[in-house]
Amino acid sequence: MAQVIDERRVISVIVLNESSVLARITSLFAGRGYNIESLTVAPIPNTQMSHITIATNSSARTMEQISKQLHKLIPVYKVIEHEEMIEKEMVLAKFPIQENLADISVLASAYNGGVVNVGKEMIIVMVADEPKRIKHFIEASERYNPCEIVRGGVVAIER
Amino acid sequence: MQMSGAQMVCEAIIAEGVKTVFGYPGGAIMHVYDEVYKQEGFEHILNRHEQASVHAADGYARATGEVGVAMVTSGPGFTNAVTGLATAYMDSIPLVVISGQVPSHLIGTDGFQEIDAVGISRPCTKHNFLVRSLEELPRVLKEAFYIARSGRAGPVLVDIPKDITVEIGDYVYPDEVDLPSYKPTYKGNTRQIEKAVEAIKASKKPLLYLGGGVVLSNAYELVRTLAKKTQIPVVETLMARGVMGDKNPLLLGMLGMHGNYSSNMAMSETDLVISFGARFDDRVTGKLSEFAKYAKIIHVDIDAANIGKIVAVDYPIVGDITKVIEVMLPLLDGIDTDRFEAWRSILARYEALHPLSYVDSDEVIKPQWAIERIGELVGVDAIITSDVGQHQMWAAQHYPFDRPRQWINSGGLGTMGFGFPAALGAKKAFPDKIVINVTGDGSILMNMQELVTAAEYKIPVINLILNNHFLGMVRQWQTFFYEKRYSETDLSFQPNWKALAEACGGIGYDVKTKAEFDFAIKDAIAQDKVCFMNVIVNRFEDVLPMVPSGGALFNMMLPQTTKDEEA
Repeated sequence: MAQVIDERRVISVIVLNESSVLARITSLFAGRGYNIESLTVAPIPNTQMSHITIATNSSARTMEQISKQLHKLIPVYKVIEHEEMIEKEMVLAKFPIQENLADISVLASAYNGGVVNVGKEMIIVMVADEPKRIKHFIEASERYNPCEIVRGGVVAIER
Repeated sequence: MQMSGAQMVCEAIIAEGVKTVFGYPGGAIMHVYDEVYKQEGFEHILNRHEQASVHAADGYARATGEVGVAMVTSGPGFTNAVTGLATAYMDSIPLVVISGQVPSHLIGTDGFQEIDAVGISRPCTKHNFLVRSLEELPRVLKEAFYIARSGRAGPVLVDIPKDITVEIGDYVYPDEVDLPSYKPTYKGNTRQIEKAVEAIKASKKPLLYLGGGVVLSNAYELVRTLAKKTQIPVVETLMARGVMGDKNPLLLGMLGMHGNYSSNMAMSETDLVISFGARFDDRVTGKLSEFAKYAKIIHVDIDAANIGKIVAVDYPIVGDITKVIEVMLPLLDGIDTDRFEAWRSILARYEALHPLSYVDSDEVIKPQWAIERIGELVGVDAIITSDVGQHQMWAAQHYPFDRPRQWINSGGLGTMGFGFPAALGAKKAFPDKIVINVTGDGSILMNMQELVTAAEYKIPVINLILNNHFLGMVRQWQTFFYEKRYSETDLSFQPNWKALAEACGGIGYDVKTKAEFDFAIKDAIAQDKVCFMNVIVNRFEDVLPMVPSGGALFNMMLPQTTKDEEA
């Protein structure tokens, strides 16, 4: 029954960098009822391509369909279902200046980041880590009353 | 060569060998129509509704296997075309639809007759383009035709802003396309094919399950050869009717919701499904957990996404059916066909037990009789199109099809109003064939304006209206599943069909008896004019057999004419 159990999966979709290509991808997911947990997109340097990373919750069977349906889109060059991958997500978090700045700084560096901006009223940190650890960071940061947390979505690369 | 974008559109259509274009002008596509006026490379047919233009191009494509072309304007012109695109998309029909768009500088401003055509058509086209500059126009047009006809065929929309059609630039129509991200698979994996052949040889109750892909791949002769060589029984989907030819002794008939008893039983008892270009649609499978329960499955399809989508497949083969069978055939040399003798005789018994049947009448015309009768009168000479509903199923069941592309219907989307314009397209492609649109008193009204088109261009198609004064298929479901509450299906209020046809320049027949029926058919063929043949049929006739929606294929409601199952 492993076929039908929903699991978190990450795929990379390499596409021709042309107008409305992202809309083609997202409307395929919407139209066929597939789930998107996170999506990032950026051009691949020195090419006409873009790299889209999508995290989704789906069964192995649905994943197979997603991959095949994506392949059918004309501007889709390649679909990589990640198995052995390095996966990272970036987060920006803003805290009031009254909080314990030393603690916040230590917390950020524990999650592969640091302080990126300090203003009159706010301190902003950036961390970049595996999605699981990002979750832990967000939980740990709650103690310092964050005003705002912005997650970047995952990016992944096959090892 | 220097020319306008509008001229490039016409030149590309001519370069692609298209002889007939269907369309309707309007503001945003006027420059293109100005060039349509000047050119002599193709004929343009002015339908009276954009939906009909796309269906007509679709009918042309289904009849010929070539790419059909339609042209519409922006906004409502395009939105009217959407049903046509979706119809073609569901049945994998190669079309190129050219739509005008508001000028580039007005895009995004809610301009007059502006709508996001590529946004709307994304889920119902194989691909679509919004042309960004004149420089890319020749390449886009070339790619549109290539994408439409290659791989799993489908409709492609090219949306062209008005300013680009008037701009002048260099025109060189590319010889080839360069699409690194689009490489359809034609050749099947040899190792997989070998395994599939081994499975065929090891099976005891194999069944060939043919879908519309066989028609699209032009593989019918190869499929017939394969069946003959192996002596494996065959079932056809709605979209594959005609592939085997109904005289072929190996053909059991259509399967699915309104399939033959023997076909559905064969699918329920087979130990090896050999599927060519079929996609296991819910109207075919019925209850999935009971579908081909005892069978391994070989699935040959040009679209990898079709394989494993509905059922788990044991022998997946991605490739063009023609190419796959070419590899298969020599591997099947010396196959022991006696091995399947016992299986064939079981199926022959099923066929004898419950053949397709109905109780004929001398009081009232039975719709099944009407279909059989046109089969007797025109048979192999005709192309049959249909709308959607009971008449469609009766035509699929009872017409004696002889070859693929003889039967043209909207199987996937089930578009009422498809048949008449599709018939116009088929008749334009084959002016010497008799083209009959089998329709109902519901469907025909959905594109009846095409009477005017047909009369103007002298496209003599016969609309055989099986008139039961009901939206018959919905009425049938209401009878069976809604305790006869006939909600909004009673069509007792009717137009004067004969007068309606005559008012538009056609001819009409009111038919109540078999003698009148014969006369009307013969007269309509002789008159060579578009006609409405209003055939009053038995009001409460049901399409049988029927597998209730979601039920197992072997649980069929059968006509009362046949014997009960042997104990």
